[in-house]
Amino acid sequence: MSKLEIRDLQLYYDDFKALQGISMCIEERRVTALIGPSGCGKSTFLRCFNRMNDTIPGARVEGEVLLDGWNVYAPDLDVAELRRRVGMVFQRPNPFPQSIYDNVAFGPRVLRLARSRVLDDLVKQSLRAAALWDEVKDKLHSSAFDLSAGEQQRLCIARVLAVKPEVILMDEPCSALDPAATLQIEDLMRELREHYTIVIVTHNMQQAARVSDYTGFFWLGELVEYDETGKVFTHPAQRLTEDYITGRMG
Amino acid sequence: MSKARELFDRELMDLRDNILDLGEMTKIAIRLAIQALKEQEEGLARQVMAGDEKINAKRYDVEEQCLRLIATQQPTAGDLRAIIAAIHIVTELERMGDYASGIAELAIRLASQPHLKPLIDLPRMAEIDQEMIRASLEAYLKHDPDLAFETAKRDVEIDQLYDQTYRELLTYMLEDPRNITRATYLLWVAHKLERIADRVANICERVIFVSTGEFKELNF
Repeated sequence: MSKLEIRDLQLYYDDFKALQGISMCIEERRVTALIGPSGCGKSTFLRCFNRMNDTIPGARVEGEVLLDGWNVYAPDLDVAELRRRVGMVFQRPNPFPQSIYDNVAFGPRVLRLARSRVLDDLVKQSLRAAALWDEVKDKLHSSAFDLSAGEQQRLCIARVLAVKPEVILMDEPCSALDPAATLQIEDLMRELREHYTIVIVTHNMQQAARVSDYTGFFWLGELVEYDETGKVFTHPAQRLTEDYITGRMG
Repeated sequence: MSKARELFDRELMDLRDNILDLGEMTKIAIRLAIQALKEQEEGLARQVMAGDEKINAKRYDVEEQCLRLIATQQPTAGDLRAIIAAIHIVTELERMGDYASGIAELAIRLASQPHLKPLIDLPRMAEIDQEMIRASLEAYLKHDPDLAFETAKRDVEIDQLYDQTYRELLTYMLEDPRNITRATYLLWVAHKLERIADRVANICERVIFVSTGEFKELNF
């Protein structure tokens, strides 16, 4: 079942057309990887799902992004609510300059989702779901900056989980991490896909092959190929995809 | 194209060359084994049997090369299919080498007695086998599924010659029980030649997989 449906999505940065009319469906509770060379539009595309491009001056969108059939670009849409439902994890871990606990509690407090003991439980659940609880349970009130980069990234994932999202967008979530921390995030993604729809942008093709169910290959703002990951990495339908994933160009 | 990709391409070329070398070694083994049988050359037969070790060693070298490429290059798509196919192809070629060695062994057993009959169909089967090996490897090199398909189809010619040989040898056996041993040995030779063609068909299936990404069984 599709969680997100994208219909003829075009995005302009002033006169420059960065996305050339993309149509695709993102399956619910599956991991979808978006790959392609730098500047191909994959991160721009990802940021359309929770309207993160709105903050970029000159950015303009045509077409539709439907979340459960609900147009995220509808004029009366509550963007804060959209971003609760569609959370995001960025390339570099970006914890707030606060304690581990307060980082996770931040969203629920702002959105008034929980208080006191319920909030404690929510923080614990979120840290558990992000596979971080055992490492931080005895130092919840230490600064988030005391954590390693891999732990900080899992903290950011816990922060997203705390507001009970439905979709998690990950923009190169492991590019600043060492191999061990990368594998921990990948393990986490496999667990999270049981409950969440995950869309990941990655430059690491082995990572896309390892963790995703579906892969979309972008080239110059176009979606060249979108299929089951196993097929894309063993016998892609398009020559361009083959050339890219085998390192013949890009 | 990146230097890393160029290096990988060179390694893939090297892999292809090694497969061709192994194919050549196998063809030579088949040709010499049949020559030893036909000319009752015991020394030549022993040479073929000794050469089988080199074929086996070459097969393991290529397999190791494939494993190294998988471990170090993490191949995908066409590269991955070509490497996986290479592992299968060298296994098939190595088994053909075993058949050639087996024919050489039978040639030694038959060398001390006069020929039961003039050997015509068996050398013809061996020739077709060699042509099929050459064509299947050409199809692998060129990623040519049509050539692979046409090559595998020649298995029909081999099967016809095998049936013909079988019927003829059966006649000799029925005619005079003293012919049974020699006729049986020749039948075993025919069987090995027939199996070689089946193994070429397996290579052709792999070539089609490399070219199209689809598994297709070729039974003619």
